[in-house]
Amino acid sequence: MVKHAKPKTFYETFERRGPGEKNTTYCPGCGHGNAHKLIAEVIAELGIQDRVIFCSPVGCSVFAYYYFDTGNVQCSHGRAPAVATGLSRARDNAIVISYQGDGDLAGIGMGAIMHAANRGEHMAVFFINNAIYGMTGGQMAPTTLVGQKTTTTPFGRTPGREGFPIRMCELINELQAPVYIERVSLGDAARIMRAKRAVKQALLNQVHKKGFSFVELLSPCPINWKMTPIEARKWLIDTMEPLFPVKVFRNIEEPPVKYEPPKILSDAELVDLFAATTEIEIPVSVREVEDQYIKIAGFGGQGVMSAGVFLANCAIKEGFNATWLPSYGPEMRGGTANASVIISNNQIGTPLVSSPNVLIAMNAPSLDTFEDTIVPGGLVIVNSSLVSRKLRREDVQAIYAPVTEIAKDVGLIAAASVVALTLYACISGAVQIETIQKVIPLSLKKKALVEVNLKAVEAAVEYYQKNLKEALVFSNMQ
Amino acid sequence: MAKQLIKGNEAVVYGALLGGATHFFGYPITPASEIAHAAAEYFVSTGRCFLQAEDEVNAINMLYGAASAGGRVMTASSGPGIALMSEGLSYLAGAELPAVVVDVQRAGPGLGNIWPEQSDYNMVVKGGGHGNYRNIVLAPFSAQEMCDFAYRAFDLADRYRMTVFILADAYIGQIMEAVEVPTKVLHSPRKEWALYADRESRHNLITSILMNTELLYHHNKKLQEKYARLEQELVEWEEYETEDAEFLFVAYGISARISLSVVRELRRLNLKAGLLRPKTLYPFPGARIAALSRQVRQIAVVELSNGQMAADVELAAKRPVLKYNWMGGKVPSIQEVLELAKQDLKQNTTVRG
Ligand SMILES: Cc1ncc(C[n+]2csc(CCOP(=O)(O)OP(=O)(O)O)c2C)c(N)n1
Ligand code: SF4
Ligand SMILES: [Mg+2]
Repeated sequence: MVKHAKPKTFYETFERRGPGEKNTTYCPGCGHGNAHKLIAEVIAELGIQDRVIFCSPVGCSVFAYYYFDTGNVQCSHGRAPAVATGLSRARDNAIVISYQGDGDLAGIGMGAIMHAANRGEHMAVFFINNAIYGMTGGQMAPTTLVGQKTTTTPFGRTPGREGFPIRMCELINELQAPVYIERVSLGDAARIMRAKRAVKQALLNQVHKKGFSFVELLSPCPINWKMTPIEARKWLIDTMEPLFPVKVFRNIEEPPVKYEPPKILSDAELVDLFAATTEIEIPVSVREVEDQYIKIAGFGGQGVMSAGVFLANCAIKEGFNATWLPSYGPEMRGGTANASVIISNNQIGTPLVSSPNVLIAMNAPSLDTFEDTIVPGGLVIVNSSLVSRKLRREDVQAIYAPVTEIAKDVGLIAAASVVALTLYACISGAVQIETIQKVIPLSLKKKALVEVNLKAVEAAVEYYQKNLKEALVFSNMQ
Repeated sequence: MAKQLIKGNEAVVYGALLGGATHFFGYPITPASEIAHAAAEYFVSTGRCFLQAEDEVNAINMLYGAASAGGRVMTASSGPGIALMSEGLSYLAGAELPAVVVDVQRAGPGLGNIWPEQSDYNMVVKGGGHGNYRNIVLAPFSAQEMCDFAYRAFDLADRYRMTVFILADAYIGQIMEAVEVPTKVLHSPRKEWALYADRESRHNLITSILMNTELLYHHNKKLQEKYARLEQELVEWEEYETEDAEFLFVAYGISARISLSVVRELRRLNLKAGLLRPKTLYPFPGARIAALSRQVRQIAVVELSNGQMAADVELAAKRPVLKYNWMGGKVPSIQEVLELAKQDLKQNTTVRG
């Protein structure tokens, strides 16, 4: 027997396997040994040993880290491409290898490999196709040939039951991003030389940041094929190669996507980004208000959600505690979308308003839904532009105002919710008109919108002065 | 310091990035998708990595890879997605990799619905995947805590080399409140065990396989010792009105917010109610609950589940508790909880549910 020198990418002795251990875990004639050696030699030749991170799969090659003197990560079954994705996106300088069996890559990990390929991840994939589950005792693999006997196809693989063998190079060749796809064979010495060139190309592509490179190696598993190593090589060439043609599927000079490192923000920039941009002086002393449990409800397009956010914003700018909680899901598709807003001088418990003391009903279904939930003595503002009926309840204070019309008059129906909020502010005094006027420019990006909304506030205040103020004073005296 | 009105699901991303997060891998699911939306915006615009994975199984394995390379990694999901991640979570624990996972709980089982539940408690607090492992579990009850816990989570994950869960719920994710955002960015130091694709780290190995039973036994022992240390060092909780309490509520997340409101109502009626809310669910404030158990007459656990945390409270209190449970996405009003408590106070019941 010729004694080959160990490539220097292999450990001298395999201490992770056992003290002084010099042998691998592979069976005689196994293709994994050849594949390992080719990869180790190329890493040494390219001088990239320090930069390599080798992802080993679950399968017979699970212990690849016994042998490779490189960075090593052992991955869960089928997920090496996902792990490699994480690695290569964390370390720009890494040469990431995903080494996988056919069960691992084409069975449980089919999704992972296709998506990593499709994203053009920076990794070299070495796919060991031995048409069998080696490690677990010779079960059928996705690549098992029709008629091939395995421990789970004791009568031979039958397309009617198990389908046909999957050809991974051909599948991956359908995708746009990969730069290099080749199938090679470990059937004899000449073929192994050819395989080494493929391994080198895939790793060189990583050195040059070209992108996703995929090399399938047809590989003998004499043990589970129940053959001698020599028979196994022959079967590989005679039976496997016709089904899995050995060839270059793709080798692109210019990668379809150019690699660009991200621009990383400094600490100071990051802090700035998240610092509160909407500075308003928060008063040192905060007015006492009765806890406000508010429901703002209307149909989808009426902006009740953002009106709620706006109101909560006004409240915190005045130094109150405030919460906003949307009603989402199927309820929104019906007549009403609604937001719960609470304003309080104290820490707020549940943000969900089940028994509001304020209801702003922007449309009829909203009033129908929430009329019975209002606490006695509560305030209801009804948008009389869209709600024709009066309240059934007599133990609550009802205000009817043509909110939508007022908004229309200033030129923006969408400002209806601002009109309603302004009326609420006038009546309750919970937030001040001045605050609303200050918060509007901070909440809206478009200048033109700011102007109309400020006009809407003015119109609402005017409506309140003209139509509601005296009536309210009168009713409060009663 | 200025406060800003932000959503829990957004606050968690602010906190994470300021806490040094470098990578977010995730897959959309309501009610956690807003976290992915915010992460997509802010991780990318700050030059960090955001990637929408093909599914949750691969998302958690991307975390595994980036964490192996020394990154500060996170994902966010909800029950069905967390369940898919459980193998990966177990691998993270076995390989002792730091990671941060946000679970915005929805209602189950199965596809259930998108409304809040707290029924992932057992899955997340007890480990979830296979093997003898735990996760650190933080339970935020406000948008502020979504930010604060995310900010601290990466340091904690690094310190203990563990997964830190932020166990929220649909309401804590959706709520908007005033949040004070941290003003200092935290960073991970170089980790002597991680892979940096350089000579110094070349001999490092990230793995969870130990074929030798003796070695795996010792690895397990080492993990258990770490968890025991954690139980000494990290338990956190908050109490309200417990000094003279005779009726103790125990609740976390949205249930704690509801319970807080109920405690106030009961106090207004001159009934001596108090609340303990765990801020860490693992490690669990069992010793404090045991002490309070000797003081109070009744204990009620308010939970949006079939009583998953209540089992831990009973274990700590060494007696049965009142279980105020809601399921299916139903969230009780103050009134509903108040009625139960008033009844139980009147009849002096100590068991329910
Ligand atoms: C989630 C999961 N399912 C199943 C297994 C069991 N298992 C280990 S290796 C293997 C098949 C490996 O076959 P292949 O990928 O072809 O590798 P080979 O051993 O042939 O090189 C299986 C099913 C596992 N470890 N994890
Ligand atoms: S079982 Fe097959 S694949 Fe596994 S080591 Fe033996 S020959 Fe190689
Ligand atoms: Mg195989």
